[in-house]
Amino acid sequence: MNDMRKIERDVKMTDTKITARNVNVHYGDTHAIKDVNVDIADKTVTAFIGPSGCGKSTFLRCLNRMNDTIDVCRVQGDIRIDGKDIHDKSVDPVQLRAHVGMVFQKPNPFPKSIYDNIAYGPRIHGLAKSKAELDEIVEKALRRGAIWDEVKDRLTQSGTGLSGGQQQRLCIARAIATEPDILLMDEPCSALDPIATAQVEELIDELHRDYSVIIVTHSMQQAARVSQKTAFFHLGNLVEFGDTDQIFTDPKDPRTESYITGRIG
Amino acid sequence: MTEQTASNKFDWAGPAFKARLNKRKRSQLTLKLLGLGAISIAFGMLFLLVASLVSTGYHAFTQTHIEVEVFLDPEQINADDPNRGNYRQIITDTLVTQFPEVADDRAELRKLTSILSNGAQFSIRDEVVADPDLIGQTVTFKVPVSDPYDQLNKGLMDRETPEEFRRLKNEEIANFDILKERGMVSKPLNTALITNADSRFPELAGLKGAIIGSFYALLTCFLLSFPIGIGAAIYLEEFAPKNKVSDLIEININNLAAVPSVVFGLLALAVFLGWFGMPRSAPFVGGMTLALMTLPTIIIATRASLKAVPPSIREAALGVGASKQQVVFGHVLPLAMPGILTGTIIGLAQALGETAPLLLIGMNAFITSAPATPFDSATALPTQIFIWADSPERGFVSRTSAAILVLLSFLIMMNGIAIFLRQKFQRKW
Amino acid sequence: MTLLAFLILFCAVMIGYMLNLRAARAIRAGGTRLHSLDGFHGGFSALVTLVPTFFIILFWMMFQGTVIQSLVKAGLPAGTLEGLGTGEVQLIMSEIRSIAGGRIFGTPEDWKLEAADRLVSLRATSSILLVVVTVIMTAVLILLSRKTVAAEFRARQGVEKIILSLMIGCATVAIFVTVGIVGSLMFETYRFFEMVPIADFLFGTTWEPQIPIREDQIAAEGAFGMVPVFLGTLVIATIAMIIATPIGLFSAIYLHEFASDRARAYIKPLLEILAGVPTVVYGFFAILVIAPAIRSFGTDLGLPIAPNTALAAGVVMGIMLVPFISSFADDALAAVPHSLRDGSLALGATQAETISKVLFPAAIPGIVGGILLAVSRAIGETMIVVMAAGLIAKMTINPLDSVTTVTVQIVTLLIGDTAFDSPKTLAAFALGMVLFLMTLVINIFALRIVRKYREIYD
Repeated sequence: MNDMRKIERDVKMTDTKITARNVNVHYGDTHAIKDVNVDIADKTVTAFIGPSGCGKSTFLRCLNRMNDTIDVCRVQGDIRIDGKDIHDKSVDPVQLRAHVGMVFQKPNPFPKSIYDNIAYGPRIHGLAKSKAELDEIVEKALRRGAIWDEVKDRLTQSGTGLSGGQQQRLCIARAIATEPDILLMDEPCSALDPIATAQVEELIDELHRDYSVIIVTHSMQQAARVSQKTAFFHLGNLVEFGDTDQIFTDPKDPRTESYITGRIG
Repeated sequence: MTEQTASNKFDWAGPAFKARLNKRKRSQLTLKLLGLGAISIAFGMLFLLVASLVSTGYHAFTQTHIEVEVFLDPEQINADDPNRGNYRQIITDTLVTQFPEVADDRAELRKLTSILSNGAQFSIRDEVVADPDLIGQTVTFKVPVSDPYDQLNKGLMDRETPEEFRRLKNEEIANFDILKERGMVSKPLNTALITNADSRFPELAGLKGAIIGSFYALLTCFLLSFPIGIGAAIYLEEFAPKNKVSDLIEININNLAAVPSVVFGLLALAVFLGWFGMPRSAPFVGGMTLALMTLPTIIIATRASLKAVPPSIREAALGVGASKQQVVFGHVLPLAMPGILTGTIIGLAQALGETAPLLLIGMNAFITSAPATPFDSATALPTQIFIWADSPERGFVSRTSAAILVLLSFLIMMNGIAIFLRQKFQRKW
Repeated sequence: MTLLAFLILFCAVMIGYMLNLRAARAIRAGGTRLHSLDGFHGGFSALVTLVPTFFIILFWMMFQGTVIQSLVKAGLPAGTLEGLGTGEVQLIMSEIRSIAGGRIFGTPEDWKLEAADRLVSLRATSSILLVVVTVIMTAVLILLSRKTVAAEFRARQGVEKIILSLMIGCATVAIFVTVGIVGSLMFETYRFFEMVPIADFLFGTTWEPQIPIREDQIAAEGAFGMVPVFLGTLVIATIAMIIATPIGLFSAIYLHEFASDRARAYIKPLLEILAGVPTVVYGFFAILVIAPAIRSFGTDLGLPIAPNTALAAGVVMGIMLVPFISSFADDALAAVPHSLRDGSLALGATQAETISKVLFPAAIPGIVGGILLAVSRAIGETMIVVMAAGLIAKMTINPLDSVTTVTVQIVTLLIGDTAFDSPKTLAAFALGMVLFLMTLVINIFALRIVRKYREIYD
């Protein structure tokens, strides 16, 4: 516990939302994540950067136990959200995922209407007691997803008919609809054009007031633009974690420096 | 997770959510159990199928025989032409030596001779024809018993059944039991099942004709569908221009694969038999019909394995100045061959099990000799199964099951070879 | 004799190959550069000789029987065949054939003996003629191709052109098969409708083709009304689909979502075995096990169950279709992008919710396509119903009763000797036409759905 306090102090004075201790992940025979320790603050944007295959997405999927859905994947270690162990028997991954929303690399709206896409989460979790309440939840989520004005007149049309950027914002709104505390974003802009990327980045900036946002990204510029904290992963290790400014201007680890300056990656 | 930030307005740990979560988990379990149940039903049926075939069929792999010492009376046999002889009388005389008391009672005598198969006289005749020196000697023969006694000996006939509902009367059973006590009854492996052709008498009926007929039909099918199928597939995959005609051929082949088999039988009946005047019941015609049905399977499999050969190989060969055909026949085709063979064997296995089209071209005829050439009348394994399943004699029930087991073992063998080929030559590019 | 013809052809091909090969080598030895390799010159000759002669021999074999028979028929004394039906003519011809084969029963008329003699001599002539034709053809072709050998002759292109046209020929065989099916069915069906009015066939509610009736009564009696036969087909196909669809879909769902990779590796091939069992085996299974089981079950409940109830055939057919539906559904579920499943699970949905609310709706087109193909199979399936269903057409939809199907009627009408001019035989072709069209429409529709659906996610 002492050890934990010490690191917390390093990370300034915001509340800690997620703590991870000695997290190891194995994919079959490959050791994908090696002894990762990290504390993620509430209401900030934390960026995971690193070369592809470094394990940043895998680590992200540990946080909402999405790795459970893959047969060959084994997760070891202690991950706590608000101090509660997410691998505890009393925690159901189904409810955990309602608290920890996730947005994927490729926009993946369901082949259903825009309304049904947003209402999917609230419906399965039974969050609305009436149609009016559900309407309210949908509208609120779409507004927060910064897409309400674009789709309010065509809520019954298919979500797959939207443009790529709109689809991704729809997916963000869908993740918000269950009122999560944490939003995980797995390279949310890699399939989008620059204009759509700018819109999504703007949205992420908005969101960090209410949520702690963790974003995995390939693009260092993006990490610099949207995040307050940055973690650098390399070959399954968390090499360096700190304020974004510090990581980009004064990296402590030579590996981080090499990556930032473009020598590995 | 309970004492959470203000933004979380739902009481996730509350009883309402707990109850809901339990309900959701129950429906998850229900779906899983439904899936397991469905698979169990399917497997249960498969098991029932195999079990019922084995439990009825294994009886047919043995056949009750009686060992008799036959005096080949020169008075009854024409020594110049051993084909002509009163072998029936010889058999009767043999049995009389066992039961001297019935010698003068015609009715009793008839009961007694009914123990032996009707074919017994012919198998003795065949022995004598093969070796005329036997005439005048006393020779020990093992002859099959007729179907009811075979059933009795295998325990398939209940001795407790009241006599009037039983096929064998008490007296007849007693006769048989006496023979049994004298150690004359045996139950050896029923080789006749494979070495005999069809017969009206279950104890003599075998699959030789059907197996040879099926072989000829499959051979014809292979010789026609393999080259034509590969030719068509290579053309469509490698040479055909992408235009309406190629599209038409492609759609055509896909639809042909789904045409009911009985329609191919109608085609064969009208065109091969009706217009071309080809012989009825010939395995050759059956094979031609099966070839038409196998063709789409082979074409589709060949195209798939040609597609699986990476373009880099084609480009490399074209790069050193080979013509397109040299590339295809010299490099692509050999690499695709294992896949093509696998598809072909699977197609042939399907053809081996096809029945309906063969029925329509008359391959369900009753033929007591194996075909010598593919142009002779014959049955095939599946049509033989159909004939036997339709026969009223009790003995044919177990023989049908046995024939099915033979057919299935051929199918398992063919599919085994296909799987072996696939495993052995499977390549990852 | 045909064997001799093939032997001659084989030798000729060899000779032609060697001749051209040597000629090419000789030219090369003379110091001239040839356009094509020597082997291609040899191959050109071999192919030029082989292909046409082979087809001539094949056609000869196919048609000599028909030609000889009609020659013999034409040579019969005038008037002998007048006023006889096709069946009687066939009988006379087969008698002549068996006399020619040396099997003489009783004392045939002199004109029959004469005809038999003529048959024998015609057959001999035909065989000799075949050999002569083969020899002449191969000789001419060898000489022609020998003349082509020259330095600038493009033998490789020649060979490739021949091979390409052979392959095109192969590809069009599939078209010919379809044309043959449609043509023969249409021709015989047309002849059927000349005897029985088309409306009687399509809308008649009585099907009693086996009952002998006077010629002029056929149509009037309305014994060729296909409605009850069609109805029976639907009854059995419906039972089969009621069994196969849920079992197939639920096993696909289990395999796709719940089974571990190891379990999948065992379950899938075992299920496929059900699809590989020949239908004649299912038919026997139906009469050996299922029908008695259903009957004794029905007797316990006091239900009147017909000996060959539609239920037995339908249930067994359903089992046969299970792997068909399950593999289509499995493919359709697998074609739904993985990201949708992840998206649903990440929102906190259970696997069951993900399957039923996201994956299944997304896979519906593919699944429907598979089910339609299964329906077409059920309608066209023959052996199970021939063995386990009834022969008598009834206007009933009671699954406990005995019904007959289109395929059963086709087979029963055509088993045994067939004469091509009786309405009984032709009725089978008319039913075949109906069957072909029905399955064709369903198949085209289903294949289109499946293909469209694949395009969405590709």
